[in-house]
Amino acid sequence: MSASSLFLCLVGLGLFSFFFGRRRIHRLATGASQKQHSRDVYHASFLVICATFVPIVLLVIWTGISPLVIDALLESFLKARANTASLGELSVMIAKTKAYYAGSISAAFIDDTIAEATNYYADLVAHSLQARSFAVLLLAIAGVGLGVRKIALRFTARHSVERVAQLIMLVASAIAVLTTVGIVLSLIFETIRFFATVSVTEFLFGLHWSPQIAIREDQAGGSGSFGAIPLFAGTLMITFIAMIVAVPIGLMSAIYLSEYASPRLRGIAKPGIEMLAGIPTVVYGFFAALVVAPFLRDGGADIGLTLSSESALAAGLVMGIMIIPFISSLSDDVINAVPQTLRDGAAALGATHSETIKQVVLPAALPGIVSAILLAISRAIGETMIVVMAAGVAANLTANPFESVTTVTVQIVMLLVGDQEFDSAKTLAAFALGLVLFFITLALNILALYVVNKYREQYD
Amino acid sequence: MSEKTDPKIKIEARGVEVFYGEAQALHGIDLDVNANQVTALIGPSGCGKSTFLRCINRMNDVIDGCRVNGNIAIDGQDIYSAEIDVVELRARVGMVFQKPNPFPKSIYDNVAYGPRIHGLSQSREQLDHIVESSLKRAGLWAEVSDRLLASGTSLSGGQQQRLCIARAIAVSPDVVLMDEPCSALDPIATAVIEELMEELRKDYTIVIVTHSMQQAARISQRTAYFHLGNVVEHGATQQIFTNPQNQQTEAYISGKIG
Repeated sequence: MSASSLFLCLVGLGLFSFFFGRRRIHRLATGASQKQHSRDVYHASFLVICATFVPIVLLVIWTGISPLVIDALLESFLKARANTASLGELSVMIAKTKAYYAGSISAAFIDDTIAEATNYYADLVAHSLQARSFAVLLLAIAGVGLGVRKIALRFTARHSVERVAQLIMLVASAIAVLTTVGIVLSLIFETIRFFATVSVTEFLFGLHWSPQIAIREDQAGGSGSFGAIPLFAGTLMITFIAMIVAVPIGLMSAIYLSEYASPRLRGIAKPGIEMLAGIPTVVYGFFAALVVAPFLRDGGADIGLTLSSESALAAGLVMGIMIIPFISSLSDDVINAVPQTLRDGAAALGATHSETIKQVVLPAALPGIVSAILLAISRAIGETMIVVMAAGVAANLTANPFESVTTVTVQIVMLLVGDQEFDSAKTLAAFALGLVLFFITLALNILALYVVNKYREQYD
Repeated sequence: MSEKTDPKIKIEARGVEVFYGEAQALHGIDLDVNANQVTALIGPSGCGKSTFLRCINRMNDVIDGCRVNGNIAIDGQDIYSAEIDVVELRARVGMVFQKPNPFPKSIYDNVAYGPRIHGLSQSREQLDHIVESSLKRAGLWAEVSDRLLASGTSLSGGQQQRLCIARAIAVSPDVVLMDEPCSALDPIATAVIEELMEELRKDYTIVIVTHSMQQAARISQRTAYFHLGNVVEHGATQQIFTNPQNQQTEAYISGKIG
């Protein structure tokens, strides 16, 4: 049985056990002298859980793990038959076997070994499916049987359901955490492989970035150099420009909206600003590349400067616009969270509205504003599309915002597009860059959280 | 309206009406407040006593849709006339709120805030002096003199309220308005603040809104009983509490309504 039909079976069984469990407890309760502990629906739910929970977990695990096991078995089978040690040859044979099994290549392309292996493979798959169906259904039926025995007047089905609900939520959060851990670990391991070919110091402090390396031995071309400083510098410059745009505009619009604007204007303007966050970054990207960058170049030409049509400034300006809603929206929230009593207190002392804002409201809201800015920075650092389109891909180490620069994220894209061996230094460099990026944004987020927690809520 | 011992009248309210949008909160209040006395405004919740209090330093101005009619004069000057600068008015009429609301700044900066924005001191020494004397008059100096740079919010509730009083008197107002200043405090902190008010009335005119009849009786010289946006009765505190002329007042004071 396929996984989906098996799942449908379990659903059917679950439905059945719901009504079965409900009728059972109902029967037990009719005419009984004792009071029933849990309502009927809990007994019914308990039986559903007994029938489906463990089988579904088994189904998921089996479906996830069995291809790995089967592949390993197939590999050792082929290894034994073909007497070959070459990994490449072996993986071609495995691919051929699977393709033949799936019917996507004709028998003309395969030899006896592959045919044999295909039979073996088909056997394994069939057995695995049979065993899975058998095990899942057996567990489900056993679950119903055991569950029915437990149903009784004083059985605390309510608490059992509670525990299962808790377990399900635990699993959900565990999936989120484990995924993060998994991604970080893979980053770390691939980065370690990268540092086997390129030294850490060259990567972190090298001034030259040109990751083009020869794919074939006889190819012309550099051996590649992986000094990431130009990328860090480019990222820093574009983020800095973006912040120069976004922080004042975002903060001031937040102050205006929360302190001065009438409720009606606020009702219109706030969603309007937040709409900026809804624009896809690729749209910002071509806006930057097709409108802002030419505008800057032509403006430069008018005053006698020859500027490249791709510049850090264009990307930074547009990125700043994109970031505005992050800062204004979060700042608006923290400014609104400053208690009205503080504003009243300052007003009652004879402070004007702007004095109140400057001297009382903003200092009180500062931790929140700082963390909003930090979150916006990590957003800017991670932004890719705008930079690809507007700032270019050339890794120049320059402090001139009118020149073309590139960022960490853009280079990750550049490293991974195109034909490339997975274990080449060029590909692995992407992991190292990703790890650096991860640590920077992590540090910024932790710092933001720390600032908020440390200075938050002295008033309530 | 004339009393036996008629000291100087500080605040004179005539026909004060307040509207919040369509709803009328005050229906023509006439009330005199004597200088250097504590005047207590009592009455059930929602009767308009806090609204009236906030008219005296025009704090209602900041509320959207709030409209004030009638006259309030302080020392004979109409505070709702066009020439009045609200900022200066509020420097003359200080206010202490129900919930202590120290700024998230140091104790020193809290007290120095008013003098600084009004430019009341020429030098650091002068400012130090203002802060010290304000804290002393608020009875807080002994407790905080060694930690003036600690955050104002780190103090206990009663201390915070006294800090707010020090902050209010640091700008040398004539009048101090108090909106249920003790409702968030325990009895001991309340007693400290009540003693303080007795001290302060030598220099200031105090108007206090309170829900505690005992408090009104203990600390005020005059009492006004508000009901549904009207002043039902006002007069010397002793007379109001021992011999109320109005049935409603009597019912409220004796705890039959409220």
